[in-house]
Amino acid sequence: MKIHEYQAKALLSKYGVTVPRSHVARTPAEAREAAEKLGGFPVVIKAQIHAGGRGKGGGVKLAKSLEEVETIAAQILGMQLVTHQTGPEGRTVRTVLIEEGLHIKKEFYLGLLIDRATSSPVFMASQAGGMDIEEVAAHTPEKILKEIIDPTLGLQPYQARKLAFGLGLTDKLVGKATKFMLALYKAFVESDASLVEINPFLLTEEGDLYALDAKMTFDDNAMYRHPDYAEMRDLHEEEELEIEASKFDLNYVKLDGTIGCMVNGAGLAMGTMDIIHHAGGSPANFLDVGGGASQQRVENAFRILLADPNVKAVLINIFGGIVRCDMVAAGVVEAARNLGVQIPIVVRLEGTNVEKGREVLEQSGLNFTTATGMKDAAEKVVALAAA
Amino acid sequence: MSILVNSNTRLIVQGITGKEGTFHTQQMKAYGTNVVGGITPGKGGTTHEGIPVFDTVADAVRETGANVSIIYVPPPFAADAILEAAEAKIPLIVCITEGIPTVDMMRAFDYVQKQGVRLIGPNCPGIITPGACKIGIMPAHIHMPGRVGVVSRSGTLTYEAVHQLTGLGLGQSTCIGIGGDPIIGTRFIDALQLFNEDPDTDAVVMIGEIGGTDEETAAEYVKHHMKKPVVGFIAGQTAPPGRRMGHAGAIIAGGKGTAAEKMAIMTEAGIHVVQSPADIGAKVVEALGH
Repeated sequence: MKIHEYQAKALLSKYGVTVPRSHVARTPAEAREAAEKLGGFPVVIKAQIHAGGRGKGGGVKLAKSLEEVETIAAQILGMQLVTHQTGPEGRTVRTVLIEEGLHIKKEFYLGLLIDRATSSPVFMASQAGGMDIEEVAAHTPEKILKEIIDPTLGLQPYQARKLAFGLGLTDKLVGKATKFMLALYKAFVESDASLVEINPFLLTEEGDLYALDAKMTFDDNAMYRHPDYAEMRDLHEEEELEIEASKFDLNYVKLDGTIGCMVNGAGLAMGTMDIIHHAGGSPANFLDVGGGASQQRVENAFRILLADPNVKAVLINIFGGIVRCDMVAAGVVEAARNLGVQIPIVVRLEGTNVEKGREVLEQSGLNFTTATGMKDAAEKVVALAAA
Repeated sequence: MSILVNSNTRLIVQGITGKEGTFHTQQMKAYGTNVVGGITPGKGGTTHEGIPVFDTVADAVRETGANVSIIYVPPPFAADAILEAAEAKIPLIVCITEGIPTVDMMRAFDYVQKQGVRLIGPNCPGIITPGACKIGIMPAHIHMPGRVGVVSRSGTLTYEAVHQLTGLGLGQSTCIGIGGDPIIGTRFIDALQLFNEDPDTDAVVMIGEIGGTDEETAAEYVKHHMKKPVVGFIAGQTAPPGRRMGHAGAIIAGGKGTAAEKMAIMTEAGIHVVQSPADIGAKVVEALGH
């Protein structure tokens, strides 16, 4: 789960991470009030969407008076903000953060994530702050310092000091940065984050350190122990069909092709998308109905697939291991009947009770195309979608 | 004739009295796996499906001489189950559970390594040596004893590959599902090393997917050390970056872990990479020169 900058800052500050003073606003009038509360100028008006590159897209602006705050907030609120991460359609801005302006001396980068190669958290720091860190990593990887953290011991002060020295900090700032990093690590672990990025990590003229921006993503598997985080989820940032799918615990990712896919297992689902591509078609989605797929789940999955208007044909590819083919077939038939499906459906079943499953499909009186093997299935569905 | 598990395997089941544990214990027993005990805290001293149940893993190991444990425990408790098995120094722990928090898993795997035991999974279908021993949730009937090793991050895609092999008359020595999570115990390189040293494995099928760099690391090993042909497939060639494709570990992050990159590195290392998952079996036939 991703959250907004203002939510990340509120959460991090609870752990002792220093953040600029700020208030959230959803209307120009609220923005003015927020600036009044801050009691000084300039203030920064920042669009809150789940995507990077907001500044370049015109979603972050400076204001020097209350009038200016109101005018700029009116421009940003409701705008379709397009950045390199949003796609060409952009995202509607519904919330802005009104933040105190600080005197920037230097901008650094801090990041915490899980390093898969060492099965450990890794703390990254760089003097190249305020820039796209992926660019830095691609072109000048030596500018990114890394500390691998023992998952049992956690981040140790000497490791944080090493990073601080590496950033070129001296004297009192080393202690301040160490404290900042330890707080950030505590927040990372205790909130079950999979990513925390502070970019820029700001040093002010006055010699203070701040998280000027904050990006956080949480481990979905751990959300059961953070029921209070549920309210931070912003459904406006998600695809409508993906929200619907998540209600039924279905793994669905919307893509832009024309062939709907229903598959059991994530690997086979990806493999099915790939083989559709090799057969000359394009998948409309990723959908894993899961191992213990009940008839109800299959029906819900079917309904979500068909709600995508781009879908011209559907490929159902089920390899029955735990899930029985006859049960899947019964669900498919029931759903197709209930929904009055008009578009072609190709079904490829294999595994447990496959003969019974095929019988169910054949006796349904509905127009299913059966296939043997993935290649056959892909070729058939691509031909039907193009017809 | 296999790696890691065989007819001498003595298995205990953690979470034996749960719904999943019960069903799969029946299935494993029916396949001929020697299930010697189960663990459900509070039910020690009883029997379940004719198998003695213990309160702790330590009790079960002492009483039964178990050398493998399989874990069917819900996600909030699964890391604890791994720790308990590792503490008892069970040489091989297989964790089926999907959805274990990453933080828990990092600590559990750290301890597993310190104890010097092996973990397979989590979020995996398990391991099977056809005709001898099944430890997991895979459909047994698609397998056939033989000389091709299979290692995969995916469950059903492994079944697909095995089904193709069996259909072509190629049996399997051992099939391992290593799991779809970002933190896993046994990786491609570990399985490939074991298959490389197994005199009864002639070729290996390796099924990867987007995310991480384990396929690349394994390719480096294959390039320098592998004495047997390896056939590879990477799922997710059409997956968009930044989106998690079902598995917690299947995500292209920061431009890293794309299928194209993995396939190029694997091909360069001499692995027989297929573009389509439908061609895995046929490629093995070709690689073996049959």
